[in-house]
Amino acid sequence: MATAPATPRPSRRKARGAGITPWLFISPWILGFLFFTLGPLVFSFVMSLHDWPIVGTREFIGLENYRTMLQDDPQFWKSLWITVKFAGLFVPLNIVLSFLLAVLLNLNLRGTAIYRTAFYLPSVISGVALVTIWSWIYSNEYGLLNYLLSFVGIDGPNWLGDRTWGIVAITVASLWGLGGSMLIFLAGLQSIPKELYEAARVSGVPPWAQIIYITLPMLSPMILFTLITSIISAFQQLTIALLLTDGGPVNSTYFFAMYIYKTAFRFHDMGYAAAMSWVMFLIILILSMLVMRWSAAWVYYEGQARKDDADA
Amino acid sequence: MRKTLGYSALIFLTALFAAPFVWTLITALKTEAELYAYPPVFWPAELKWENFSNAWTALPFTTFLKNSVIVVVLSTVGQLASSSLVAYGFARFHFRGRDPLFVLLLATMMIPWDVKMIPLYMEFNLLGWINTLKPLIVPAWFGEAFFIFLLRQYIMTIPMEIDEAARMDGANAWQIYWRIHLPLMAPALVLVGTFHFMNAWNDYLGPLIYLNDQSTYTLPLGLALFKGLHEVDYISIAAITVILCLPPLALFFYAQRYIMDNALGSSVKG
Repeated sequence: MATAPATPRPSRRKARGAGITPWLFISPWILGFLFFTLGPLVFSFVMSLHDWPIVGTREFIGLENYRTMLQDDPQFWKSLWITVKFAGLFVPLNIVLSFLLAVLLNLNLRGTAIYRTAFYLPSVISGVALVTIWSWIYSNEYGLLNYLLSFVGIDGPNWLGDRTWGIVAITVASLWGLGGSMLIFLAGLQSIPKELYEAARVSGVPPWAQIIYITLPMLSPMILFTLITSIISAFQQLTIALLLTDGGPVNSTYFFAMYIYKTAFRFHDMGYAAAMSWVMFLIILILSMLVMRWSAAWVYYEGQARKDDADA
Repeated sequence: MRKTLGYSALIFLTALFAAPFVWTLITALKTEAELYAYPPVFWPAELKWENFSNAWTALPFTTFLKNSVIVVVLSTVGQLASSSLVAYGFARFHFRGRDPLFVLLLATMMIPWDVKMIPLYMEFNLLGWINTLKPLIVPAWFGEAFFIFLLRQYIMTIPMEIDEAARMDGANAWQIYWRIHLPLMAPALVLVGTFHFMNAWNDYLGPLIYLNDQSTYTLPLGLALFKGLHEVDYISIAAITVILCLPPLALFFYAQRYIMDNALGSSVKG
């Protein structure tokens, strides 16, 4: 600021802050947190300790639901495995593909705005519409995909009716909405100082090495962010699977989130479903923490590095 | 050489991303015979626009649309009001416990919806809200962590001097929020409104859980209803899908500038 006051201003802001005013402003969130987040979380945990049918008498059974899940319920493990497989496909593909698309857009060729819009559009319509669109493409009798594949001599599988391909079909449909991650990477790419590449080129560093030694480290915070959000969304995958395959064929796409949903709202076993949802919460929490810890080894924070340099 | 390769890749990918939309639109305009033809018909002999009106009247879509509009409008208004109030509170005041509370707010973004879905159902059931649109509207009036975060970041970029000047002129905290920050926040509010609109408009799971009675269905539920009918009517499904896509697409084109600016202006740097 050009016109700094000659005498230090008394901290009036702080004095005023002592009142009730700020609490009034944030009160909607506080109430919402109590009634729509904290309350439900506690309630859900209490439910998980009960045999809690949607109607009828409930009974306290301690950790019995958790024991059943781990020891006597093969479907729990199967669904968890399906979700892990899906995450194993979706998370790396989502990151790699949205990164590549962002790199392409960052070439700044003519018409970039149009391409960028085209890549982002599918993210705008997620949900039932997205699933209907994909069910056309995958359809066994008159689907576009198998017709196109027949040109290159591939006899396409029955995508949604095949135990191996169902999960692949869901992955591809989910990847169609990678626009959000793509924008984050694009933002990252555009914030990398041009001088870094300039210097590398002058020193004769080949393009592939520039990607490895400049682009990837500079983008690592966005990679971390996308990694965590993709893991969370992979574990919560429900809408697409529910509408596209409804868990079939032969339960091969019976995701963990779907098992929770159906246990609660089709089989009306609220206590058991609540227990499973807590297990999912814990898995996501632990995975996120592991990723955060692991990320210390590869995420490069520019501000941090500068500080370290100054300290040295 | 590199440019040619880049252009070919971009054009190919654009086709890949756009194809499903185009294909759905074409399907919506086909006759029954063309629908089941093999090899597929890429351009119908005659564009049957009446497919749209036929699909619309096959089920009570006017009712579904009315419900969707009620949910989307009321929840968007609530979301904008509450999230901006809370964001202002976090951005412009110092009070005991503010920073831990803000961390808590950010942490709530990590909680999977699955954990809350069951107890929330019980809660709304207790309140007698099942089979009404309230569960889809009321929570939006209490702010959402991601939007609060976004708006708070935006307010932080506005110089404190503006608040100080207004205060000198005798404005109180509410007036500063209402007269100064709300108008200044407009671009960020467009962004929040757009994202919330799209979430609410496309939402399938919420309505699926809370609504049982057809008269309360929203459009996505209505569309899904088509699949359960005695004879699956693919042309109508395609037609309704096209209609369902239009509002978010239109809104996206309107708000595109804000979405891109936001993504490109606020990289997640440490």
